[in-house]
Amino acid sequence: MKRVALYAAALGFVVFAGFPFYWMLVTTFKQNRDLYVGASDLSHIPWIFNDPPTLEHVKLLFGQTDFPRWVLNTLLVVAAVVVITVAVAVPAGYSLARLAGRWGERMGMGIFFTYLIPPTLLFVPFSRLVSLLGLQNSLASLILIYPTMTIPFCTWLVMGFLRSVPWEIEEQAMIDGYSRLAVILKVAPRLIVPGILTVVVFTFTLVMQEFVYALTFISSVEKMTVSLGVPIALVRGDVYHWGALMAAALFTSIPLAVVYNLFIDREPTFHHPFTRGGCHENPNGIVLRAHRRGSVHPLGCSSRRGPAAGRTGGQARGGGDAHHYGFHKRHSLHQP
Amino acid sequence: MTPRRTLADREDVLGGVMLTPALAYVILLVGVPFVLAIVLSFSDATAGSLRFGWAGVRNYAAILADPIFLRALRNTAVVTIGSQLLVVVLATAAAQVFRATFRGKRFARFVLLLPWAVPVSLAAIAWTWIFDSTFSVINWTLKAAGLLHGWLYWLGEPALALLAIIIVQAWRIFPFATVIVLAGLSSIPQEIVEAAIVDGAGFWRRLFQVELPLLLPVVTVAVLFGVVYTATDLGVVYILTGGGPANTTHVLPTLAFQRGILGADLGQGAAIAVFLLPFLIVVAFAMLRLARRAEVGA
Amino acid sequence: MAGIEIRNLRKQFGDLHAVDGVDLSIRDGEFLVLLGSSGSGKTTLLRMIAGLERPTAGEIHIGGERVDGDVPPRARGIAMVFQSYALYPHRTVFQNIAFPLEAVRTPRKEIEEKVRWAADMFSITRYLDRYPRQLSGGERQRVALCRALVRDPKVFLLDEPLANLDAKLRNTARDDLKRFQRQIQTTTVYVTHDQVEAMGLGDRIVVMEHGKVRQVGTPQEVYEDPVDTFVATFVGQPPMNLLDLRDPSLAAGTLVGFRPEHLLPRSVFGPGEDLRTVRFAVRRVEYLGSDRYVYGSVLESAAPDATVIAKLPATIALAIPEGETHEFAVPRRLLRYFDAASGLRRRP
Repeated sequence: MKRVALYAAALGFVVFAGFPFYWMLVTTFKQNRDLYVGASDLSHIPWIFNDPPTLEHVKLLFGQTDFPRWVLNTLLVVAAVVVITVAVAVPAGYSLARLAGRWGERMGMGIFFTYLIPPTLLFVPFSRLVSLLGLQNSLASLILIYPTMTIPFCTWLVMGFLRSVPWEIEEQAMIDGYSRLAVILKVAPRLIVPGILTVVVFTFTLVMQEFVYALTFISSVEKMTVSLGVPIALVRGDVYHWGALMAAALFTSIPLAVVYNLFIDREPTFHHPFTRGGCHENPNGIVLRAHRRGSVHPLGCSSRRGPAAGRTGGQARGGGDAHHYGFHKRHSLHQP
Repeated sequence: MTPRRTLADREDVLGGVMLTPALAYVILLVGVPFVLAIVLSFSDATAGSLRFGWAGVRNYAAILADPIFLRALRNTAVVTIGSQLLVVVLATAAAQVFRATFRGKRFARFVLLLPWAVPVSLAAIAWTWIFDSTFSVINWTLKAAGLLHGWLYWLGEPALALLAIIIVQAWRIFPFATVIVLAGLSSIPQEIVEAAIVDGAGFWRRLFQVELPLLLPVVTVAVLFGVVYTATDLGVVYILTGGGPANTTHVLPTLAFQRGILGADLGQGAAIAVFLLPFLIVVAFAMLRLARRAEVGA
Repeated sequence: MAGIEIRNLRKQFGDLHAVDGVDLSIRDGEFLVLLGSSGSGKTTLLRMIAGLERPTAGEIHIGGERVDGDVPPRARGIAMVFQSYALYPHRTVFQNIAFPLEAVRTPRKEIEEKVRWAADMFSITRYLDRYPRQLSGGERQRVALCRALVRDPKVFLLDEPLANLDAKLRNTARDDLKRFQRQIQTTTVYVTHDQVEAMGLGDRIVVMEHGKVRQVGTPQEVYEDPVDTFVATFVGQPPMNLLDLRDPSLAAGTLVGFRPEHLLPRSVFGPGEDLRTVRFAVRRVEYLGSDRYVYGSVLESAAPDATVIAKLPATIALAIPEGETHEFAVPRRLLRYFDAASGLRRRP
């Protein structure tokens, strides 16, 4: 009985969450004759293929629309924004986590809050800025502006990631004869790789999803990105080509969903500033412990790597023996 | 002679150098535009020219006297609150389901996360098709089930259109909230739950008296993010209804876009967008307090 | 070849005085153990010697040269082994050991020779091609020591290097460590919270608490002649018994201290011995194989409820019934006296 309820509930959520995607799938491959039958005709079931499936809409999408062009545009913007974000946010996150001392945490929080300032508040001044720079209706405008969303979040992400990576390896290298700079160049990069991977995935998904700035800055069809072009420019006049539209939505969603799921399974522990505790020597704070152990970040991914991995977030360095003592015990350094 | 400290050893110098680009980006391209947004709202700037004149509170006076704006303000609140209520219920329930093990869970999780992974604008266009006035599969299903006798013009009637917007926003955000709640659940010390079982608490008592109170901070975080994502979202409403019919379903972002970008009245657009600030300030304060509480361990 | 001089060293983290005015003179070739509980400042002190932490005030001299201000860790001629061993996870054992040599641009051939020599010394030659994750805890620890060794440092700094080993391994590792240090004769500073390690390894022990040094001395001095009640109860397991026996021959407010193993039944002592006899109400006897722990209270004590422990070796077969009062005694030469108020040692 309990199992039945569980499966029923699970099915309910799957249907609610997945139904629009099923609808995309069905629409993509339906013949127009099958597609455009009014819903008041109860004898015609829209949920299934009443006529054999067709590739007609897919051919239309790839052959006669600007969709391939938009895909290229999107990839170009993604690549540029990823490069800028990694180049700017990774050093900044490292600086805040390792070099900035006591100011690091506060500054990281400040930078994170700028991520909360939404595009909808900024697109008006940006539209003026972009036209002042003569970048209107160009991909360059997107490449310039998108990092304003990715850099704050990724800086904070890298900072949080580094907090979960023990200091000792870098300190060891300093004792082993390397300067701070040499450590940053020779030792640190290998330690940050998982963090960089997260930055890349986040930037990729964010650029793929962005709509507001693209809508504001881009006006000609051949400069559009996928997320803008599909809902705006696939509509010819007043005619919606629903088959092609849904095909575009489907083909864009699939790779994103796959990346997302792979990422969730592999993603290392991150610390959300609001779901973890700051100090770890508080055995009676149950709620606090509850935050500390699980960690979440706004991408909506979470994972736990061993029961203790999520606990060291709060403190940077210092605090004497208690700190270092705790630090060692909680980390198994030699995980691949 | 022992080598002395060089620039390559100075943590402060290296830290500064590495932080500067990010700081510059944030200050120049977030800080300055943010201030500019507020300055613009007091100006008569238009998109057509670079002229920039002081307009005082004229923009604010104009929009506050504008029924379309007041309606948009109300809609923003209704959509945000309505969808977040739905999100809390759905996410808490979904988390209870997805913490259990069952066959096909991996696939179910994959599907559950789809709404969060897909670009908003593409999801919105799919929903537009689902809510289509002639071909709506929802109407067909309701009719086939005998639940609907008339006809639902989903995006054609203001109340229904708002409901449709709320459904789409909740649909889009609840997977994210579910993941957060799940993480919170998995971090509740197992001993506490076991102690409750030993004490004879049933499922519902355990849920409401043990787990939910412990989850409260985590759920709050999910809701705060949900509020930001919903209140500031432009894509869903823009694509679903475009603010129509007859400007009845505008929210602040779509109205700001219509006036500021399409209507080229930057000043008024900025003034409308500035009304998002109270939402954001409340959220930011709540988050800071939550973060501080977590840090103090109270 | 270097001693370490530390003068009035301080480190503050915000309001916390992690190290609060430490003076210490570490001799060349000495094995010095910093002993203290967590939060005592021992690790911070070690990290300041290493240069990983900048002192708030004070001086550090290594081999006669002042290093506290401007000499980075890499230039201090030190090697350090962390509790976690801090092996580079993506480098093989060989590459790990070679890493410090690469830093000073050692020729390839010399690196090869030195690594093999060090690996041989710790018998880990056959692991050279493995990655750290493929090694056991004990093997990792030896790799870390190897890496420290090839630097040919003036000073070894070890931060609880045995804490991550299981109890069985720890004994042999301790022995290896001590033999190794005797052999290479390099000044070594060793941090631990484990008094058994401290007693077993140290030429001298520095007992620290709240950022201050409480006592410096050989293991024997620290154990037998603690300077105050803190050291008396911190070192030794079970700790020294401290009682106010209300002895009229002693000044008021004097605590009498004696080790549990010195409190024995009156009857086991010979007639000529100068004894302090007490009436010991036995509550419980714990049989531990090599010893018996006897818990009870001393009736002469000002606080008759306070638990006093006697540790009887297995060689004493005498029956000690629980619930009865027995005559126990401590040789007077083994009694130590402390001022109850200040905790400091008092010479009678």
